[in-house]
Amino acid sequence: MTVHDTKLSRRTLLKGGAGLVLGAYVARADKMFAQAAAKPQVNIAPNTFLIIKPDNTVTVLCKGIEFGQGPFTGMATLVAEELDADWAQMRADHAPSNPQLYKNLAFGMQGTGGSTAIANSYIQMRQVGAAARQMLVAAAADAWQVPASEITVENGVIKHASGHEGSFGQFAEKAMAMPVPTDPKLKDPSQFKLIGKEGAVKRLDSADKTNGKAFYTLDINEPDMLTVVVARSLKFGGKVASFDATAAKAVAGVVDVKQVSNGVAVYAKGFWPAKMGREALKITWDDSKAEKRGSAELLQQFRGLSKTAGKLVKAEGKFEESMAKGGRVIEVEYVFPYLAHAAMEPLNAYLKWDGDTAYARYGCQFPTPDHMAISKVLGLPIEKVKIDVVLAGGSFGRRAQQSTHQAIELAEVAKAIGPGKPVKLVWTREDDMRGGYYRPYAIHRMRGAVRDGKIEAWSDTIVSQSIMKGSFFESMMFKDGLDPTSYEGSNEIPYDVENFRCDMHQVDVGVPVLWWRSVGHTHTGYVVEAFVDELLEAAGKDPVEGRLALLSKKPRHAGVLKAVAELADWKNYKVPAGRARGVAVVESFNTFVAQVVELSMTDDGPKVHKVWCAVDCGVAVNPDIIRAQMEGGIGFGLGHILYAEQTLDAGAPVSGNFDTYRSLRINEMPEVEVVIVKSTEKPTGVGEPGVPPLGPAVANAMAKLGVGRPRQLPVVPGASA
Amino acid sequence: MAAFTLKINGQARQVDVDPNTPLLWAIRDGVGLTGTKYGCGVAQCGACTVYVDGQTVRSCSMPVSAIGTSEITTIEGLDSKEAKAVQAAWVALDVPQCGYCQSGQVMSATALLSLNPKPTDDDIDLAMNGNICRCATYVRIRAAIHGAAKSLEG
Repeated sequence: MTVHDTKLSRRTLLKGGAGLVLGAYVARADKMFAQAAAKPQVNIAPNTFLIIKPDNTVTVLCKGIEFGQGPFTGMATLVAEELDADWAQMRADHAPSNPQLYKNLAFGMQGTGGSTAIANSYIQMRQVGAAARQMLVAAAADAWQVPASEITVENGVIKHASGHEGSFGQFAEKAMAMPVPTDPKLKDPSQFKLIGKEGAVKRLDSADKTNGKAFYTLDINEPDMLTVVVARSLKFGGKVASFDATAAKAVAGVVDVKQVSNGVAVYAKGFWPAKMGREALKITWDDSKAEKRGSAELLQQFRGLSKTAGKLVKAEGKFEESMAKGGRVIEVEYVFPYLAHAAMEPLNAYLKWDGDTAYARYGCQFPTPDHMAISKVLGLPIEKVKIDVVLAGGSFGRRAQQSTHQAIELAEVAKAIGPGKPVKLVWTREDDMRGGYYRPYAIHRMRGAVRDGKIEAWSDTIVSQSIMKGSFFESMMFKDGLDPTSYEGSNEIPYDVENFRCDMHQVDVGVPVLWWRSVGHTHTGYVVEAFVDELLEAAGKDPVEGRLALLSKKPRHAGVLKAVAELADWKNYKVPAGRARGVAVVESFNTFVAQVVELSMTDDGPKVHKVWCAVDCGVAVNPDIIRAQMEGGIGFGLGHILYAEQTLDAGAPVSGNFDTYRSLRINEMPEVEVVIVKSTEKPTGVGEPGVPPLGPAVANAMAKLGVGRPRQLPVVPGASA
Repeated sequence: MAAFTLKINGQARQVDVDPNTPLLWAIRDGVGLTGTKYGCGVAQCGACTVYVDGQTVRSCSMPVSAIGTSEITTIEGLDSKEAKAVQAAWVALDVPQCGYCQSGQVMSATALLSLNPKPTDDDIDLAMNGNICRCATYVRIRAAIHGAAKSLEG
């Protein structure tokens, strides 16, 4: 494994020793930043993506960050497939920040998110593998003086009928001097040996993540490095009015204290003295411009707005006229709390700045904007800044920062103490949990009418806060002044309903918000699937049959719904006494997932016994990783639906740790069974889509059990403080 | 500041830290062993689990001054047959996702199997519910513990 190999520096890797020489940092960085967004061409040059060493290992540099969802293994699978490598020789590591070489083709910049890792690399990384294979064959043909067309490659061995045989390592250097083929031929899927094959590959990072060797940002410990913690206002928008660092500086191990734009930074030899020093600070905060509303006030405001029409997002048919015709009319409100991501590794980052150059190293999810932010704060040209990406202990969206707030803080703390002093900025768990960037607070007011067993009318009034407003995404992504990530999933429901309306109030709140695993679908998936279930119930329809009858234009929704019904034996299964089952199906990030939940009620809220899950993500590249992401998405979804909430007390977040922000534990994890629906569609992501159906499936099972669909989350009130 | 000699993974290691420093930070910043992770600092998540004289301890919440001559074992020093079975089962089932909590998970699972070679699901719940995994790899953790128990039979 290379993921923990800290002795082998990036520079050494890029120089490639005696093997394949890489030029990742050779290109003019300022130029490539300018070109990154403008030029859509796809980089497939093997010498920028592969390190083939004389020891015959093939290391794939992964454009995206590995924080659990499996891109290391995924990218290596795509390359190895076309390269005809032996899986045992494959390795993976992170590509450094370089937007021209390593941009996410879905974003136009380097970054991970939106469950795009496989989707945006499926062709590109196969082309890299195919190009490398062709170049290796050409090198062998030249060395052996035989026609390239007579050379075969299998399981990492290059062969010719004359008896010649060689390895990738042997020919790598020569091969990489060959011209890169512009359109390397890809295998027909019928020839695949790794892609989609059960058991053909194992995760590349499992062993090191089991023996303590996997290397994360928190593990960085360079000579003369100072650990830095920052005291920030408990209220969003608060600023330092004045501070007294006398006591803090008296703490043994504390080296210095400096003000930065976000608060007061304490520099120390190690985490503990830094934390003790911070506790000894005396700070007067100026909260005059801070958000001071509490959760109760926000609820009142959001609820009031939800009873009025918002800005129209989409309308079909004649909703109000249809409602006026009466029948069974249902109006319900759903309330969704702020949620922290609470990844296991709180935010942190390392930076070494010598006045002329800067080198950052951390679990960076959006290298391109972070790179620009660090350059700007330090007043350095782009090409004088380098970012290496390391493993991160989870993210769930938290490290994808369009505000670049952590990169700015990192550069500021380095700048404040001056050049030549490497810093490791560490957020405590409390900093992380109270630090904002939450899943937005949201209310949906649903109205619908059922007549003669048919859903005739449907409306959804959303009140929420924009995730992208004020960031560089606003100009690119907003539609008619609204943030689509607030209504995605609510504006286009898969069901045939003639009279439809979706409108939205976009509210400004001084609490920073962010994408949170499956983004808008965390709440829109819940309301759409709970509401269709409620309307079908009113119409006297079976939840599965009723949905299928309304999915005439949505074959892939119907496909996963049928698959999960079959897996769970929906029709004939005898639900044990005291239990009930519920179903939901949600498309997110172009992946389709249906889940059936079986639960009972306890004094501690619902106990989910089992979840059946069907997923259609197009071509299934790594089936076992897809299953793992469904399992994890289900557990992540369940823990938050049941227990999690960040409340605000006069603007200050209340929960600071897992004692009051309750996380799912092993005794609360249901059994999970996953079926992957066979598909030849292009592959789509799996990191997020396992989450959205879980909540509404729980709600629908609770309704079936007679306790009703929860209208305000979390389901277990008071689980969080 | 005070000097402490920690017996860690069979070696004597000197650290010079404030006596109230949690064992976790003495191990990470003092000794330089980084397999033991910081997740919460308040004994809620289990990422910092180590053994002190063979007992699982949340190292984030035990001051270094309380260790005395006790033997500390971290993930780097695990070498029992139970540990090897657990780690092999973890790899066989590709349990880890982000991996950050897994040192603690492996420490707790190994301790469980050392005391109880054939744990039931309830035993696993009891022994492992102090270890949070935000990726929710719990299905595989459970399966891997059963797998490791099976591999240790006979």
